[in-house]
Amino acid sequence: MSNRVVIALKVLVHVACLAPIAWLVFHLLENTLGPDPTHAAAFFTGRGTLRLLVITLAITPVRKLVPKLGWVIRFRRMLGLYAFFYACLHLLTYVWLYSGFSLAAMIDDISQRKFITAGLAAWFLLLPLALTSTRWSIRKLGGRNWNRLHRLVYVAAISGVIHYWWGVKQGVRTPLGITVALGIVLAARPLLAWAKGRSSREVVPEA
Amino acid sequence: MLIRKSDPNPIPSSEITPRSAYMNRRAFIAAGALGAAALAADRLAGVMRPEQVQADTKLATIQSPLSAKDLTPTSFYNITHYNNFYEFGPNKDDPARNAGKLQTSPWSVTVEGEVKKKKVFDIDALMKLRPLEDRVYRFRCVEAWSMVIPWVGYSLSEFIKQCEPTSSAKYVQFISVDRPSQEPGIEEVNLNWPYSEGLRMDEAMHPLTLLTFGLYGQVLPNQDGAPVRVVVPWKYGFKSAKSIVKVKFVKDQPGTTWNEMAPNTYGFYSNVNPNVDHTEWSQKMQRVIGAPFWKQLEPTLMFNGYGDQVASLYKGMDLNKYF
Repeated sequence: MSNRVVIALKVLVHVACLAPIAWLVFHLLENTLGPDPTHAAAFFTGRGTLRLLVITLAITPVRKLVPKLGWVIRFRRMLGLYAFFYACLHLLTYVWLYSGFSLAAMIDDISQRKFITAGLAAWFLLLPLALTSTRWSIRKLGGRNWNRLHRLVYVAAISGVIHYWWGVKQGVRTPLGITVALGIVLAARPLLAWAKGRSSREVVPEA
Repeated sequence: MLIRKSDPNPIPSSEITPRSAYMNRRAFIAAGALGAAALAADRLAGVMRPEQVQADTKLATIQSPLSAKDLTPTSFYNITHYNNFYEFGPNKDDPARNAGKLQTSPWSVTVEGEVKKKKVFDIDALMKLRPLEDRVYRFRCVEAWSMVIPWVGYSLSEFIKQCEPTSSAKYVQFISVDRPSQEPGIEEVNLNWPYSEGLRMDEAMHPLTLLTFGLYGQVLPNQDGAPVRVVVPWKYGFKSAKSIVKVKFVKDQPGTTWNEMAPNTYGFYSNVNPNVDHTEWSQKMQRVIGAPFWKQLEPTLMFNGYGDQVASLYKGMDLNKYF
């Protein structure tokens, strides 16, 4: 894939990630986001976070499955950082719109409510990953340590989905779609490794 | 127990505030001034005038001293498009989409249990039992959002007198309609159907507890609990059973749907109380439906602001235990 195409695609990804936020801010200011703008903004940014996380996590299995698409790795950091950006906006909806910046209310929530705790845990797990997303950090940490650290993204994504399930009322199944999607991208890793192991065993002649 | 008698001199219908006054003022002026062109703007602004939905469903109503004077009602559009009515699906916009299928005529309400004798009330007779009153009430959902709704109905106590409960009737149970063919949510949502709610007898007899047939001066839209529901304004919304087909007077506290689903989260009483949190979120604050995001958050009021009238019902009770 030529650099020029990748740059053009990167511009498209930026637009695709930022345009929804522009849309959201516009409708928040116009109060045209529906009956409950606070809930709508929280839902919008939360769902966006999980979708971006799943897309980010899909990149590695896609590369392994279709070697020709190896170049998609060049989008992984960018998508991961956008996931974190959405997570920050999502956190802001909680801190500002739901809690009115009341520290007491938030401490009360975090200590009592597993739903808030799971969401906050996911954000705190993403934070070091965003901070160590630079080339400099990879060099400084060493590839192996960096990889190990960045496995936290699995825990973050799972916490995020748990947070979603705990946040909806019993009986509501809206988080099902994203849960299945995350399940697929996570299960793809061991499955692809297993398939690879089997195919490589087939080519290795018995001693 | 103190029960206020209803007004002996109901105000003649000619003196009633016209329905237009209830409507979102801006939408009304705009619709009057600009006609059809304003309708498109209304839709964008999330406002819908009652006439746009049903034209021939106006109810004759009288004023009530129990109605709030100083509250601005939520727009008709939001009251009819942001609903929790699981029989029609779990999402807020499902009821508006799916409730049209429900056949609300013919309709009757069966009264049984601890009563002199079992009775069946036809909906038309039920609506004529007492003059219908306009009652603007605060509405607080357990999910921490709030509305102001101009209901139409009369005190449930008036109906209960007609039911002639015996002295052993300590609670009233309300059973909602259960028709999977007309209510797609019943198949979709895993709850113990039919929906059941209940009140202690003194709560049910309180004059604020409304047997409700309409809102915004017209018959209830299906998604708001047509053709008859109860409204208990000092309790979380799920206590106010919708589309009622059976009223049962019972000796013991009846099983109620959400309480059975999650007893630690949804108490039998479920009075609006900023000091008792939901298991998943705080109840200290609430979000006003329809307000812009920077004005949505407001403090929750004890008993949803009806403490002066209802706090005495719970005297001596530990509201942290009987939440």
